[in-house]
Formats: sequence, structure tokens, C-alpha cells
Amino acid sequence: MDNTFWSMGGYARYVWPCFAFACAVLAWNLWSARRYHAAARLRAQRALQMAGGGES
Amino acid sequence: MWTWFYKLASPPYVYGAAAALVPWFLGAAALALGYGLIDGLAIAPPDYQQGDAFRMIYVHVPSALLSLTVYTVMAAASAVALIWRIKVGHAVSAAAAPIGASFTLLALVTGSLWGRPMWGTYWAWDPRLTSELILLFLYVGVMSLRSAFEDPERGDRAAALLATVGVVNVPIVHFSVVWWNSLHQGATIVKLGAPSMAGSMLWPLLSMWLGFMLFFAAVLCIRLQGEVLNRERQTKWVREAIMVRREVKS
Repeated sequence: MDNTFWSMGGYARYVWPCFAFACAVLAWNLWSARRYHAAARLRAQRALQMAGGGES
Repeated sequence: MWTWFYKLASPPYVYGAAAALVPWFLGAAALALGYGLIDGLAIAPPDYQQGDAFRMIYVHVPSALLSLTVYTVMAAASAVALIWRIKVGHAVSAAAAPIGASFTLLALVTGSLWGRPMWGTYWAWDPRLTSELILLFLYVGVMSLRSAFEDPERGDRAAALLATVGVVNVPIVHFSVVWWNSLHQGATIVKLGAPSMAGSMLWPLLSMWLGFMLFFAAVLCIRLQGEVLNRERQTKWVREAIMVRREVKS
């Protein structure tokens, strides 16, 4: 990539943070959703163990 | 048709369907976002007035449209839950709220970054910006209200009521540039008549919009699985699902 691309016609300090923040929001959404689901699964497993159905 | 609708009220069906759909939505989102990014950043020509600064449109417009779409989904799910007492509606609403809030924040931040070189300021109390900020407060309010009650059912009902009433802000955000004098430009793609953009700039924008929508669908499905598990963890089908999962693992 040449310098013209990275300089974005002089607007690089606005354009790149804009795309970087978008990437961060997408990554946070995916990470937090997966973490939320994993935590819920763990809670359900614990509830199963408390109920005595999870001996292995 | 009604059989399909009734199935959507069944937590085990929703959990299974959400799990099956995630990889398809994520794969399609990656393709759409990949094309949109490459075309939008490297191939589309610079705007004759705004130069390369216009490329922020490829993040700002999809996130702003998504902020309104997610709120509409959340309000519709809340209304369904309130009217027909379908618990999955509350789960969809709870799953959608943090996603919508994050995309509203993204729309505000990217709009602010775009506003600085074009308007000379990061922020103005303009009708579009102010109504979008109110949308963010509504998302935060719905999430806070849901967790403010010790009884989760009361929290669900209170949050659903606020989400349903708050939907009145969605047309206000969209039409604010028509109803009042605004610094913000008018609608570019979501309007009556043809979009006011050249095809070389429009296609990457449509692709990014599609990518954001598919990404939202994927993340909603993942969060929805967590919500359904949290709400149903004492039920027989969840116990069976977890037992089956353990057996498959071992």
C-alpha cells in the first residue's frame, strides 16, 4: 500500500480511528456474547450438579 | 404459518435454531464486511467535496441504521412478550439491548469523528445527534431497569414497557433531518426514490450494511442462547441438553 492510501487525502487522523473503533466494537460484541453464553452454560451445569444429576 | 410462529415461543426450539444459525450468519457477515471494507477503503473513488473523509460513511451509516433496527427488534420483542406473555420475547429484548447500545455509541463516535473535519466541531446539539443520543440513553435505561428489580419477571416487564414506549424515538431519529433544520445531511439510501450516490460508492455501503445486519443476527443468536439458558436452567430440557453435551465431549 502506498502512502496516499494511508494518508487518506489528509483525513487519516479521522478515518483510521473511525474504522479502528468499529473493529473494536465488533470484536467486543463477539467476545462478550460468547462469554455470556459460556457463563450461562456453566451456571446451568452447576444447577444440574446441585440437583444431583451431574455426577460423572 | 402459525405453527412456525408458535415454535418461536418455545425456548428449546429457539435455543437450537439460534445455535444452528450462528456459523451461517458469521460466515456471511465476514464475506459482506470483507468486500465492503476492501471496496470502500481502496477501490471507491474519493468524494468530489469531502475527499477521502467520506469513507467514514462505510462505518457510520451501517452502525446508525443498525442502532435503529436493533431498537425496533427490541421493542417488537418486548411488545410480543407483554401482549402474548411469551417469555422468549423478553429474552430477545434482553439479548438485543447491549448490542444496540454498542452500535449506537459507534454511530455517535464515528459521526463525531466525521463532523470535526466537515462541520468544524465534534459535537453540536443538532436534532439528529441529540435524538441519537437519546436513543443511547433509552438502551441504557432498558438495561438498567431490567437489572434494577430483585424479581426478574418484574424487571422484564418494566424494561419491556420502556422499550415499547421508547420506540417513538426511532421515527424521530430518522425524520429529524426532514422535520427540523439540521447540520446533518438528509437520507442517502433509506428514502423514497433512488439512492443519491454513485454506484461505485453505493455497493460497498450496501455490502457493509448487510454485513453489520448479519453480524448483529449472529451476535444476537449467541446472546439469546445465554439468555434462554439463564432463564430455563431449572427445566428438564436444559438438563438433558447439558447431559447430551457432556456425553458428546467425553
